[in-house]
Amino acid sequence: MNLKTSLIAVAVAALLGFLTWGLVKKGDAGLKVGEPVPAAALPTLPPGGESSVADYRGRWVLLNVWASWCKPCRAESPALDEFERRNRGEVAVLGVNTRDLSEDATKFLREFRIEYPQIRDASGDYADQLEATGVPESFLVDPDGNLAAHYPGPFRDLEGVEGFVAPAFGGEPIERLGS
Amino acid sequence: MSRARLTALLLAALIGAGSFASIASAAPARTSLPEIEDEVMCPICGTLLSLSHAPAAERERVFIRRLIAQGKTKEEIKDALVAEYGGQVLAMPENRGIDVWAYLVPAVGFGLAAAGVAWTVVRWRRRRSGDGPPGPGEGGGPGDGVTDRDAERLDRDMARFDL
Repeated sequence: MNLKTSLIAVAVAALLGFLTWGLVKKGDAGLKVGEPVPAAALPTLPPGGESSVADYRGRWVLLNVWASWCKPCRAESPALDEFERRNRGEVAVLGVNTRDLSEDATKFLREFRIEYPQIRDASGDYADQLEATGVPESFLVDPDGNLAAHYPGPFRDLEGVEGFVAPAFGGEPIERLGS
Repeated sequence: MSRARLTALLLAALIGAGSFASIASAAPARTSLPEIEDEVMCPICGTLLSLSHAPAAERERVFIRRLIAQGKTKEEIKDALVAEYGGQVLAMPENRGIDVWAYLVPAVGFGLAAAGVAWTVVRWRRRRSGDGPPGPGEGGGPGDGVTDRDAERLDRDMARFDL
């Protein structure tokens, strides 16, 4: 085999390798229930420190990824806030503001009088680590830091949120809420 | 006009021109939205901001317009965008992960091309200086691998074409 043929063979093998790797990664997309949830430390919103889902180890956490420019996030916000007020002792709600302007996000929190803690994922890297498919998207994290349930899309109402968080109260998660 | 007055006038004109030039060069050029839109990314779409009309892109435009109105330069606006959205907002590959190839491939390609050119030049020069054996179509004169007999035959052939 001469040099030219060898180079072509190596190039073709590399291309096939890349394609196979891409297909394998695509098929494996998304955090699975039971897997550890990434716990990057991010700035809080409003600014003034850092926080992470790891800070809530030992408690159930509803991780909600949102952005102020996202209309469905606005729609689900009152239900989430209501859930947090009612279940503050049992389940922590942690907002993850992603790919958003800090000023817009702060205005959003004021507008909806949201009091639960927030972290700011300015670049969207954390949402990528969570393998979120968009906003809003929610992740229920068990006291050991593993994924208990995942819900892509907005909650329609308080019952929707409660259904999703059911495992924290000993129930089964409802896969597709309100549909 | 006296010579002294003319000199003073010329001096004043020169100083004035110098001051104007220094002010003009010091003042940063005012930037525009289209100028920045082509150099930054939409935070959610994976495309240039200029190509996106997603709600997040519209908010980014509002932010840029506000900074332009405040008289910020293009670089200051880009810095502010990086502070808001992180380094990915710049339409530049990152220096980590698979994006590194965007820098490596041209550099390696350039290196290989330079090495190829250097190798070709060295080889060509060696041939010209007679270090290597003459290739097909090379040489042709006496003392360059052509025998006297060949030279005589060439002269005879050429003579037939003399008119």
